[in-house]
Amino acid sequence: MKLYNKTIHDLHEDLKEGRVSSTRITEDVFQRIDDVDDQVRAYLTLTRESAMESADEADERYRKGDFLGQLDGIPMAVKDIFMTDGVKTTCGSKILENFIAPYDGTVVAKVKDSGAVITGKVNMDEFAMGSSNENSGFFPTHNPWNTDMVPGGSSGGSASSVAAGEAICALGTDTGGSIRQPASHCGVVGMKPTYGRVSRYGVIAFASSLDQVGPLTRDVRDCAILLKAIAGHDPADSTSAKIPVPDYPSLLTGDVEGMRVGLPEEYFGEGLDPEVEELVRAAVTILEKRGMKPVPISLPSTRYAVATYYIIAPAEASSNLARYDGVRYGVRYPEAKGLMEMYKKTRSQGFGVEVQRRIMLGTFALSAGYYDAYYGKAQRVRTMIRREMDEAFSKVDVLLAPTAPTAAFPIGDRVDDPLRMYLSDVFTIPVNIAGVAGISVPCGLSSEGLPVGVQLIGPSFKEETLLNVAYAYEQERGEFPECPL
Amino acid sequence: MEYEPVIGLEVHAQLKTDSKLFCGCSTRFGKEPNANTCPVCLGMPGVLPVLNRKVVQYTVMMGLATNCRIAGESIFARKNYFYPDLPKGYQISQYEAPICEDGWVEIKANGEARRIGITRIHMEEDAGKLVHEGAFDSSHSSFVDLNRACVPLMEIVSEPDIRSPEEAGAYMRKLRDIVIYLGICDGNMEEGSLRCDANISIRPRGSDTFGTRAEIKNMNSFRFLQAALEYEFERQVDLIRDDGHVVQETRLFDSNRGVTSSMRSKEEAHDYRYFPEPDLVPLRIGPDWVEQVRQSLPESRDEKIGRYVGEMKLSEYDAQVLTSDPVTARFFENVVRGGAKPKAASNWVMGEFMRLVKEAGVEAAKITPEQVAHIIMLVETQAISGSAAKAVFEQVFDTGQDPDRVVKEQGLAQVSDEGAIREEVQRVLDDHPDDVARFRAGKQKVLGFLVGQVMKATKGKANPKLVNEILRELLSK
Repeated sequence: MKLYNKTIHDLHEDLKEGRVSSTRITEDVFQRIDDVDDQVRAYLTLTRESAMESADEADERYRKGDFLGQLDGIPMAVKDIFMTDGVKTTCGSKILENFIAPYDGTVVAKVKDSGAVITGKVNMDEFAMGSSNENSGFFPTHNPWNTDMVPGGSSGGSASSVAAGEAICALGTDTGGSIRQPASHCGVVGMKPTYGRVSRYGVIAFASSLDQVGPLTRDVRDCAILLKAIAGHDPADSTSAKIPVPDYPSLLTGDVEGMRVGLPEEYFGEGLDPEVEELVRAAVTILEKRGMKPVPISLPSTRYAVATYYIIAPAEASSNLARYDGVRYGVRYPEAKGLMEMYKKTRSQGFGVEVQRRIMLGTFALSAGYYDAYYGKAQRVRTMIRREMDEAFSKVDVLLAPTAPTAAFPIGDRVDDPLRMYLSDVFTIPVNIAGVAGISVPCGLSSEGLPVGVQLIGPSFKEETLLNVAYAYEQERGEFPECPL
Repeated sequence: MEYEPVIGLEVHAQLKTDSKLFCGCSTRFGKEPNANTCPVCLGMPGVLPVLNRKVVQYTVMMGLATNCRIAGESIFARKNYFYPDLPKGYQISQYEAPICEDGWVEIKANGEARRIGITRIHMEEDAGKLVHEGAFDSSHSSFVDLNRACVPLMEIVSEPDIRSPEEAGAYMRKLRDIVIYLGICDGNMEEGSLRCDANISIRPRGSDTFGTRAEIKNMNSFRFLQAALEYEFERQVDLIRDDGHVVQETRLFDSNRGVTSSMRSKEEAHDYRYFPEPDLVPLRIGPDWVEQVRQSLPESRDEKIGRYVGEMKLSEYDAQVLTSDPVTARFFENVVRGGAKPKAASNWVMGEFMRLVKEAGVEAAKITPEQVAHIIMLVETQAISGSAAKAVFEQVFDTGQDPDRVVKEQGLAQVSDEGAIREEVQRVLDDHPDDVARFRAGKQKVLGFLVGQVMKATKGKANPKLVNEILRELLSK
């Protein structure tokens, strides 16, 4: 197997045994990027030079036998939403086209401290608003399984880079499905941890009460390794939880005998592609073979989740994006005659159509006289959805559902139909609304040869359970086909 | 018809913490522009606020000092508006659930004690400062200084209980006393560490309805506050009397012309789109902690005045003067603690001490309260005379030297040797035969002059009591 297609844990063994160097792996990954990125277009910025330096340092540590852990020397792609000291950080937006981050966010600092080799910054929908990467302010990323297709979004660059062998693993963020949906479309594992599990400090905010950082990897073990490295309380993020981080990789036993998997009926209804449904239901059978018991369950408030999300997320975004005003950093419209014109021109030229749409939506939802009817009500529905989800977890250990209603769709297919685009996230959004954890694991290929993911949802701060069920599933499922690119 | 004003004040007090409200940057004033900044207070992408515990403590202190209820759970909110001095495009403040509610303070105006209700007290961050290049109306560029951005403020909102500009001034002075005595704010209106906006409307005296109000801004001294409210009251009365009506708007006070003028109408008012700050968790405060803060509250000015008059038997006037600022009050109390009688301590602190401080500034004062107490003791035991004591005081004030040493080095020890004084008295009487004659003829006043001559001859060292006795004795011969 090519080095660039291997997992973190395999490469770590190779590095430990001295069979390969981090420099070799990193060179290999950059060679792969040179070979295929003109087709995939995953990267916005390459950090080749600093990556080679990091690889060199990792090799030195392995030589001395004092490596930093399983991530040491592993090439990793970072979504361009993460503040990365001294590196251009655009969040996929023209308005930050020239912006060099002045500090490392907590997660970036953590993976650096774990010895990871950062290969560069990967593409995304502008400010993480989108489900196809077509909203990138620069160019769309393509799905490595079929370059006519979208990779999903907003962490499309992260998912496609891992799928195409342009990185061994990647960091993404998930506000309404932005890790899990592209993971599903690109045939990789992607996890959104519980809200508060991973620090948001240094993650450019989209919707603060929903945003969460997570890993995109080749398999479940890698996911556990990367989550372990990034999770934990951060004094710089008041919303991060003071809950100890279990040693996720060592808890992957594959023993799920007697555990209950809930099948929420609302996730298997209208809008779900029959082919996807078939593949997802087959995943239930696989888990049954491991001794898990399927339990039919109902989550009736699910139908309000998308509407709730499209009030709360834009409302928070309208405020979070106010700082991009051309005053202190980023792009400023140069010829404005006064302050108002500077604001208006800077923001209407700097932000793309979807971002402007959501700022307008959110501004409206928070306006005097509308607040109670929209934002206030959305918060009440959110509480309801959360309670319903919590209640479900008193009956079952995990929930199982499709990650996305369809496999990857063609580039250009939904750009003119925002509502249809929004429905790409219908099965992932409730997880963010409830604040619980979710993971997407590849479960098969569609008739067109496109990957499909199954989503497992677990209770708050029980990522170890979720990962273990995903691991059991993956073991029973067997080897997943390699990306044809 | 006679009208009365209905006034409510919104007071912003800058809290005297070392670091800012949501980051570790220094709050120190006077640094070069943008020196006290970091990614958080610059509003860089990806940053998050972390609440400064000290700010919570200070605000709870204020709440307790103004009889407020301290909320067990309060939440922060975002106030959204665009301005170049506001780095994030929103100010983190408190809106629906402030930390303190429903309090009051008592003020005295026109000899009458009145309670002014406090609606709420909340915490919020300050904005930065714009510096315009060139003249304001022809300026082509502006500079942004964010040293002040994210500095902690406490906003105190009163009920519309104030009925005159004098009461507004008294209320403001009361708040100033409270924050200064709590040690949580400088209370300096001119420098902006204490700021105030007023809402004012008018109504026929005795009515219980409210008129349309105007909000007045830019009153940066006690004098301007009263002047602005007086002007605005008259303006509104004139409007109503002329069958006009008051427009709800924000007005700016021009201290040069002494008038208020329209800044923006209600229609132009911002919609701040408040919503709960998702980057901060609700602030929970336990009753134990509140109790702990309550126990640690320093004595207020009113309590001090009460104690000075009640226990120390000082006059109301002396108590007022001594407590005009907490530094003087503390100094006075330490003089008493050093063994001086309150009345003597009060005389020396209000007299020599405050005079010298006024001349040279409080930084120049090298004298300790213990030294003052010692000087008072020297006078009381007649070791030095009152006039010598003043000289000693001044020197110790300037140098901090030991008073005993000053007395010794300058030879100021009082002479109580009767023989020596008798000699001096006799010499003075011999030198002034005319005055002696005038005294004997009944001019009692001459005695003072003769005492003065003796004191002068002894360089102030003679015990004045003895001088007096001996003078009378020799003159009556």
